[in-house]
Amino acid sequence: MSQKMSPPIQKDPQKRAASMRVVEGSYAVAHAVMCSMPDVISAYPITPQTHIVEHLSQMVADGATDAEFLTVDSEFSALSVLVGSSAMGGRSYSSTTSQGLALMYEVLYNVSGMRLPVVMTVANRAMGAPLNIWNDHQDSIGARDVGWIQLYVENVQEAMDATPQAYKIAEDLDIRTPVMVCMDGFILTHVYEPVELLDKERVRSFLPPYRPEHILDPANPYTFGAFADPSTYTEFRYQQCEAMVKSMAKIEKAASEFQEIFGRYYGGLIDTYRTDDAEVIIIAMGSVVGTIKDAIDQMRAAGKRVGLVKIRSYRPFPVKALKDALKNAQVIAVLEKDVSVGYEAGLTTDLKAAFYNSNLRMPIVGFSAGLGGRDITIHDIERLVQKAEAARAGIESEFEFLTLRKEIL
Amino acid sequence: MEKSLLAPGHRACAGCAMPTTIKLVLDAAGPNTIVASPTGCLEVTTTPFPESAWCVPWIHSLFENPAAVASGVELMVKRRGHDTNVIVIGGDGSTFDIGMGSNSGMFERGHKILYVCYDNEAYMNTGVQRSGSTPFCANTTTTPWGKESLGNPRPKKDMPAIAIAHRVPYVATASIAYPVDLRRKVKRALQVNGPSYIQVNAPCITGWTFEAGIMVEISRLAVETGLWPLVEWVNGEVTEVKKIRMLKPVDEYLKTQGRYRHLFKRPDGAAILKQIQDMADANIAKYQLVD
Ligand SMILES: Cc1ncc(C[n+]2csc(CCOP(=O)(O)OP(=O)(O)O)c2C)c(N)n1
Ligand SMILES: [Mg+2]
Repeated sequence: MSQKMSPPIQKDPQKRAASMRVVEGSYAVAHAVMCSMPDVISAYPITPQTHIVEHLSQMVADGATDAEFLTVDSEFSALSVLVGSSAMGGRSYSSTTSQGLALMYEVLYNVSGMRLPVVMTVANRAMGAPLNIWNDHQDSIGARDVGWIQLYVENVQEAMDATPQAYKIAEDLDIRTPVMVCMDGFILTHVYEPVELLDKERVRSFLPPYRPEHILDPANPYTFGAFADPSTYTEFRYQQCEAMVKSMAKIEKAASEFQEIFGRYYGGLIDTYRTDDAEVIIIAMGSVVGTIKDAIDQMRAAGKRVGLVKIRSYRPFPVKALKDALKNAQVIAVLEKDVSVGYEAGLTTDLKAAFYNSNLRMPIVGFSAGLGGRDITIHDIERLVQKAEAARAGIESEFEFLTLRKEIL
Repeated sequence: MEKSLLAPGHRACAGCAMPTTIKLVLDAAGPNTIVASPTGCLEVTTTPFPESAWCVPWIHSLFENPAAVASGVELMVKRRGHDTNVIVIGGDGSTFDIGMGSNSGMFERGHKILYVCYDNEAYMNTGVQRSGSTPFCANTTTTPWGKESLGNPRPKKDMPAIAIAHRVPYVATASIAYPVDLRRKVKRALQVNGPSYIQVNAPCITGWTFEAGIMVEISRLAVETGLWPLVEWVNGEVTEVKKIRMLKPVDEYLKTQGRYRHLFKRPDGAAILKQIQDMADANIAKYQLVD
């Protein structure tokens, strides 16, 4: 059964409208961070993430939150500061994108390896060169293997709501794994949308205070970040992998507990749209999901049986949920905003790998689009579906650039 | 003396000054202390999982970020209203070179953190490569002497001056050969309501190559020749200088160590020895080391 997206809990439309406010995506995220009551925020400005930290700075300046906001010399230091504050037991937050995320690369592994439940918003942006400030997913897909949970959001409301959920998942003592909430730069960070702003008190009832088992405490001294030789290193990684597996149920649980309190739901690990009888199923992540839904509605009206699977959790990769949702498709088309120069792109390859040792044998074709902020139109999605349908008769290309401007090559 | 806060059984070389430095710092600081350290000999030899020599809470993250990690620790200490000491203990490679960005940030933000650099004047953990702290004409594995080379071509970076330029209120140099002085400086630094920086001369038996048992003597010679002046700066002004009672020529210090052996073997070494003596004389004049 395909789930209905974001069912409203507030049944009275008047009351509901009264609680809606039109805010910028970055403000919504900052507000969610504030409601999550962090101890320490440390971040470094980079477009299109800047508004998030500016809003947070203002909230600190206004006394709306008592969090410590530390301005630092680089993204590298920003996340390093959070290694210290999180090891002290403080709830810790950062936000970055693109070059900033790349500069953090070493620290990303450290945060996850020390099992520190930091939450970070990634305002997804392309990687240079060439320098480009617009949205795609190359930055976070490139950080796929760093041991962080990666959640991708579709709209401003989900970006906001995913933030306390991220803390709940990360801080769970069975999980102790940092979370990136990935939201499309500009498309979501700079858009003004009507949202229901989170209420601090209700967030408090959803998200308990952070109570870690091990912290830096002179009364009970622990060593953090020791040196592990070949006789123990593997087991550190194994435990992280185990936590990732366990986190799947926790991600779903956080989504449904959130729904109970706030009435909003975006899917657990994945969500589906009109997949029940779909022959062609598109898979995508992030804000493009909205465009794809519109395209599907149009194609359905014209008699095409097209559906959508939206991936919320890219790491952990929800293999079982995907197999269940896709098992009746005749062809699968992956639409993703990244490329692995040298071989396909992250999601396409992951999905094919997930299906290989199973009895699911429908064609899977991958398309890279929206790189460096290029628009993905309804027309582009229709072309993608045409190409996918053609693949049912035999795959001509397993992976291609969907919106290539051949005339400038 | 109370039980040391660095347990025995660490894996540092016999004749390494780094564990001595840690012990002296922790002696002075006491158990209500949290330490952050970078990657380097210290981290590798004191925390081979599942063992740890540290009897105070200790955290290592990366080679270039202990000052930033300590900043996060200090924020939480303040937030909780505790009076715990936050100390970085790191090697010169981390301190002078790759960690400079996060050190600069920590100094400039004014955290109440004592940064102690145990200065063994090269990247020892990776096999004695040159760092920004390596002295003029010292032999290292990346500045070896040879037909076209006399060793490290550049003088040591002036890290205390860099700290002072950040308006770090308390800056000092120290030596493991002067333990009373070092402990006093640590205590003094911990009183400061802001950042402080102490750079400790810490000979490395493997990298400097000297006979076992003379580590302390070598560090004392560094002081007594004027190559390692013991100085304290408060708010950028020199407030204390350790006077040299029996001034020695730099040769006496240099000839104890394999890293300078080429200077005594080659005919063109004499001019270099003269240059190094000039550096010591400049220190002696600048800090009025001799009455
Ligand atoms: C980013 C990065 N580059 C290089 C290294 C390799 N590395 C580890 S320790 C070290 C040298 C440490 O030198 P120093 O800080 O002087 O400490 P010492 O080992 O001499 O005590 C190097 C180069 C690393 N761990 N990380
Ligand atoms: Mg060194």
